[in-house]
Amino acid sequence: MLHYLIKRLTSLVLTLLVASVVLFVTIEIVPGDPASFMLGINAQAETLEALRTELGLDKSKPQRYWQWLTGMLQGDFGKSYTYKTPVAAMIGERMWISLPLTLFALLISTLIAFPAGIYAASRRGRIGDAAVTGMTQLGVAIPNFWFAMLLVSFFAIKLGWFSSGGFIGWDQGLLVGLKSLLLPAIALALPQAAILTRVTRSSLLDVLSEDYMRTARAKGMSKRSAIWRHGLRNAMIPVLTILGLQFSFLLAGAIIIEKVFYLPGLGLLVFQSIAQRDLIVVESVVMLLVFAVVLVTFLVDLAYAWVDPRLRTRS
Amino acid sequence: MKRHSRGLRISAVLVLAFASVMTMGNAQAARTDITVGMQLEPPNLDPTGAAAAAIDEVVYANVFEGLTRFGSNGSVNPALASEWSVSDDGKTYTFTLQEGVKFHDGADFTAEDVKFSLDRARGETSTNAQKQLFANIDSVNVIDDHTVEIALVARDGNLLFNLAWGDAIMVDEATIDDAAIMPVGTGPFTFANWVQGDKIELAKNPNYWGVPAKLDKVVFKFISDPTAAFAATMSGDVDTFPVFPAPENLAQFDADPRFSVLLGSTEGETILSINNQLAPLDDVRVRKAIAHAIDRSAIIDGAMFGYGTPIGSHFAPHNPAYIDLTANSQFDPALSKKLLAEAGLADGFTTTLKLPPPSYARRGGEIIAAQLREVGINVEISNLEWAQWLEQVFRGKDYGLTIVSHTEPMDINIYAKPSYYFQYDNMSFQALMAAFNTQTDPARRTVMLQQAQTIISEDYVNGFLFQLAKTGVANAKIKGLWKNSPTQANDMTGVYWED
Repeated sequence: MLHYLIKRLTSLVLTLLVASVVLFVTIEIVPGDPASFMLGINAQAETLEALRTELGLDKSKPQRYWQWLTGMLQGDFGKSYTYKTPVAAMIGERMWISLPLTLFALLISTLIAFPAGIYAASRRGRIGDAAVTGMTQLGVAIPNFWFAMLLVSFFAIKLGWFSSGGFIGWDQGLLVGLKSLLLPAIALALPQAAILTRVTRSSLLDVLSEDYMRTARAKGMSKRSAIWRHGLRNAMIPVLTILGLQFSFLLAGAIIIEKVFYLPGLGLLVFQSIAQRDLIVVESVVMLLVFAVVLVTFLVDLAYAWVDPRLRTRS
Repeated sequence: MKRHSRGLRISAVLVLAFASVMTMGNAQAARTDITVGMQLEPPNLDPTGAAAAAIDEVVYANVFEGLTRFGSNGSVNPALASEWSVSDDGKTYTFTLQEGVKFHDGADFTAEDVKFSLDRARGETSTNAQKQLFANIDSVNVIDDHTVEIALVARDGNLLFNLAWGDAIMVDEATIDDAAIMPVGTGPFTFANWVQGDKIELAKNPNYWGVPAKLDKVVFKFISDPTAAFAATMSGDVDTFPVFPAPENLAQFDADPRFSVLLGSTEGETILSINNQLAPLDDVRVRKAIAHAIDRSAIIDGAMFGYGTPIGSHFAPHNPAYIDLTANSQFDPALSKKLLAEAGLADGFTTTLKLPPPSYARRGGEIIAAQLREVGINVEISNLEWAQWLEQVFRGKDYGLTIVSHTEPMDINIYAKPSYYFQYDNMSFQALMAAFNTQTDPARRTVMLQQAQTIISEDYVNGFLFQLAKTGVANAKIKGLWKNSPTQANDMTGVYWED
């Protein structure tokens, strides 16, 4: 187990290092100068020079990469060019929206997907299965931003039950905060739930045809308890993989939903920073997302080992 | 049983209490808070260090004030300077400052602050985006606490106008370094809170030196997506959207009695900029052919849903010195083809059309491309982000055609700079502008401005399309909002709710 852990950790660190180089190089070669963006069309050459010096853009690229990397290791993500506030603080603030939103959406999606998937698998070929499979087709096909707009026009404009977007702030109370994240979370969760339902269903179906399931039934176990005791655990590996991918996707990929609901989350921050050429923010946020993805993959790897003891010894 | 009835009684009392609270709410005086929707969030709140219009849209006239300021009709009015006098040679302005003015942190506003603000803006390490406004200032001298003298290099008819810009506001040396996140000005509102990516809150300044604001609280809410802006306005989450990003929805708001649509003009001359040094666009006949190939009304209807005023030169129609020169570039494709043939381009030619993000450019670009194709000019459209546009088009001058709205007020003098991105180089125009800058007689200035409009119109420097309209939406009960946009600002000083 220790060996497995060390191996995974080493690959985690190496992945991060390579990612940081690729990221820095990619972002630096994107055309567009942060200083000219900030000062606009009437700026004079000397003013631009003064600003570049102030932002540290006059230093060489390797120098800036090194500064960025060593800074990050000490928890210093630099200072935003445009907002002039520390990037770490900006990320921290946005995290309070993005992380709860992601977890909320993930919770909704699992709450829908697990029962639906198990139900469909246990009624394979019957009308209930067809209904669930049909719904998941629809769920995968509907773009989430369009679904989000439908939610807004019905629940916010027509009924007036929810505000059309924005985030009220956790200082107003947990329930009020959750309420303002509910519509976006549903919009994010439904397509994910559809995917997860399909994976749960097909993975469980694979498991159901295994020998040990037949043995379990032969021992006299009911179908339901055979699924709960032996089936689910074995069907978990592909489901965990998808869950891990969905977490990273939701954390970074909520950009469009954040735009529709004007939620100041991480996705919107990256989007704005790219347009404003606030390179340091883009670099740091994307690096953080890379870190989140790598970390989640690492945790999913650990979870594999937990559900499947063979993996602990095989490596 | 007894218990049960007590429970009933308590709930009846609660219901009554609740109902009375509700009716009290209704009977209360008009609201004193407002939520203003904006598409772009300001990157920071220091108008002296960046060009973003969104900065001025939050702080201009609300938090920060200058010696002079723009009124809603574009006039230049006294602000922190109550009056001024000009020396006989026109080279020295003496300003008398308002008395009893304090910054929001309690510090007194004095002539020293004027000197500091202006010297900082024009200084060597200044990062002021409009540093050229101060180029003609020779020195700023403190006479006494409430009198300050500005000595000029040459006579300057633009000084009072230049000092009204958001980039020329008065700041305090003690607090300016933090102005990006914590602006401290002299205005009727103080900065209260900023949730980045979401909203900025201003509160009424109880110690304001002038006429106090009617609102207690102003919230600027940032909603970049046009559909979300529509939903937020419809559902009442924002009370007004002074520059509404989706013109296609305006008719719906207009038909709804809960809302009023505010149509006004801006300082944005929207033009098809032409690279005057790039062959074959360096030939005036080719530029004239382009001008006559464009059907402005089709662009205004198609790209702007009918909102916009056609222009024939680089000048705002609401300005008193405006003359209508649209006749110089009537829609006439036959004439265009003839002109192209005269220029030796009977078979047409191909050039680039590089479009920045705003919808006037993206939508207008498609229409112009189709119109130019009719006369044999092929354009290759490419869509750019602002940062790319600034680098490639504005600085690199690597383009044939582009569409952009020049939103700075009174900016016809950009045609006097040969290095400006459209690279128009006309000695007599430059001489005219030089004379204009030192002319202080209003009547003469008007004549010169009209000459200037005519020269660039007849030189077909650019394709002059339309004056960008200001299309705002507001709750019908809100009064005192600016209809026009003489500078990009949301002046909240006179805004109030009707009962």
